[in-house]
Amino acid sequence: MPLVNGGKIADDSFVKLAVDTPLPEGGDILVPAERFVGEADALLKRTGKVGVIWPNNRDIAELVPYLGKIAVVALVFPTFRDGRAYSQARLLRERYNYRGELRATGQILRDQFVFMLRAGFDSFDVKKQADAEAFMQTAKRYSVFYQPTGDGRITALHRRMQLRHSEGVGT
Amino acid sequence: MYAYDEIDRTLVNERVSEFRDQVKRRLSGELTEDEFKILRLQNGVYLQLHAYMFRVAIPYGTLASNQLRALAHVARKYDRGYGHFTTRQNIQFNWIKLAELPDALADLAEVGIHAMQTSGNNMRNVTSDQWAGVAPGEIEDPRIWSELIRQHTTLHPEFSFLPRKFKIAITASDHDRAAIKIHDIGLRLIKNEKGETGFEVLVGGGLGRTPFIGKTIKHFVHGRDILSYIEAILRVYNQYGRRDNIYKARIKILVHELGIEKFSREVEEEWQHIRNSSLQIDDEVVEDIRSRFAYPSYEKLPHMPDELRQAAADSDFEAWRKNSVAPHKVQGYSIVTISLKPIGAPPGDATAEQMDALADLADRYSFGEIRVGHEQNLALPHVAKRDLPALWKALDKLGLATPNVNLITDIIACPGLDYCSLANARSIPIAQELTRRFANHELANLIGRLHINISGCINACGHHHVGHIGILGVEKNGEEVYQITIGGRADESAALGNLIGPGVKFDEVADVVEDIVEAYLALRERPEELFMDTVKRLGVEPFKERVYATR
Repeated sequence: MPLVNGGKIADDSFVKLAVDTPLPEGGDILVPAERFVGEADALLKRTGKVGVIWPNNRDIAELVPYLGKIAVVALVFPTFRDGRAYSQARLLRERYNYRGELRATGQILRDQFVFMLRAGFDSFDVKKQADAEAFMQTAKRYSVFYQPTGDGRITALHRRMQLRHSEGVGT
Repeated sequence: MYAYDEIDRTLVNERVSEFRDQVKRRLSGELTEDEFKILRLQNGVYLQLHAYMFRVAIPYGTLASNQLRALAHVARKYDRGYGHFTTRQNIQFNWIKLAELPDALADLAEVGIHAMQTSGNNMRNVTSDQWAGVAPGEIEDPRIWSELIRQHTTLHPEFSFLPRKFKIAITASDHDRAAIKIHDIGLRLIKNEKGETGFEVLVGGGLGRTPFIGKTIKHFVHGRDILSYIEAILRVYNQYGRRDNIYKARIKILVHELGIEKFSREVEEEWQHIRNSSLQIDDEVVEDIRSRFAYPSYEKLPHMPDELRQAAADSDFEAWRKNSVAPHKVQGYSIVTISLKPIGAPPGDATAEQMDALADLADRYSFGEIRVGHEQNLALPHVAKRDLPALWKALDKLGLATPNVNLITDIIACPGLDYCSLANARSIPIAQELTRRFANHELANLIGRLHINISGCINACGHHHVGHIGILGVEKNGEEVYQITIGGRADESAALGNLIGPGVKFDEVADVVEDIVEAYLALRERPEELFMDTVKRLGVEPFKERVYATR
């Protein structure tokens, strides 16, 4: 599964740990939520970055105390029709001001990229190579957005107001 | 009607190009059918019994004549020369080819029509009163708000993969023609004591296997807060709605399981976080949307023109006028409902020729505007009364002047087993037979207002729960069996019908309905007592006795 990060296919420095895998000495690790919450202090003391894989049915607010210390939050799409993690992503970015890497994992197809970018994701565990390669092109597919989100893209309503005011000048 | 600007047009075109790519990937095998299914459903494409079905949105039921012509064009070029108007202000084409779909969409996009979110687990087409903007006594035109919500819900980055489909309807009249109480969110436009526009918000209505009438979640949400309030409802639903069982995934089940008090507390808490955000709509934004709705320049016309007085001698014209013509808010004008329920035909169908001709009539007599109602009929919303006789003649020639609006033959029915892969039983032939039984206009008129709704399976697309007489087809030991309810209604006093007894066979349905109607005619206190009022007064029992005494 290719990782898209910063808009292009990138190496993944993070190793996924299961609940019971022994903790490696160094290196970047991605840890399941329950292990993370149970061993947070020990995990965060290590050298190497720590990320957490957060399931889509667990309250994202539990992560708030750790948000300044973790490098990655990986949210899960068990199938692409299960959209709970979009809400978690927006809460992390827009309510809890999380600024680290926000990764989409699970069944990720190119058809979700725009939604995910708008919800605040910036890295993607893409299921198919062809979709990963089409990332940049797909991400630019839309130039009009009707809803305000934390991604700062200007909305249609806002753009209309700007047009109205610029047209209004001097008339 | 609302005129798209460059921004709206760009988005629709971008969506068409995305869908073209999705179809291409499906045809090349790059997408599995499982993956493609969700993507095509996001754009109104179902796989039915015989072919793909394509559902196109008619937001809040407003169409311009050039848009109706474009629908006729799609029917002619890509389908079999007809379309089917649905109960949610959509039109369906039943015989479309997958490879041609992107072209059909591109043709529609040219006139500002799309199929976004007409199916799938997302926010569906926003529906409203088909008389919006012209109904006497309306508080204000609900389509301004419908359009704001349409835009906000289109390709929503957070709510495009909900637990289940999600439907919003808006009304601004005392008499609810938009059936808001059977929607996931129902909005009743009202004014507060300061005269400011807002909404009573209802949530958790819906039919299907587990029907519920919507409950009021908040008595007044100010217009400027309506998007944030809807967003709060959706966010709670997206996170907590059930995903383990599609039959329990609608918001009505969540509201039922949590209870409206707890659910509304959750929503309220979420709303407090987001209400003072960029979701707030200021007056200028509302005005901008309003400015792109074109309103006709009405003439000053007499209440009773000579043309109408003269035509009154023609009893056929009078029968149609009394049945299909309703008062308009402007003197000298009328709202004309066009029945798509001719005797013996499938309810809600229109041919490409009828659509084209109707578009011409709309240009000539209705400022180029056509409306679509949830009863599967059309309307011309601004007809000068002096033109009524000429319009009637033209409609009659097209087979569009059946004077049965709101009568027993104005049946709402789903496509049923003739088309639908979910259906267990036929709906259309039942409707056709019933229209033949009650074809006599004097008889239908004597019976008065009576809505029959037919669904060919428990998913209830024909809204049988809220029919005055509801007919539900199910399958029992390999046979079609029909369960009959009475006393349902979909308006401001919405209620679910009650079963009258054991199911009956296909051949018996029309007889049973005749029995029910005969019982009603014998039981009503006076001719003005409508069927639903008699049922309300007497309950199911006397009807049950009449139907089952001889069976």
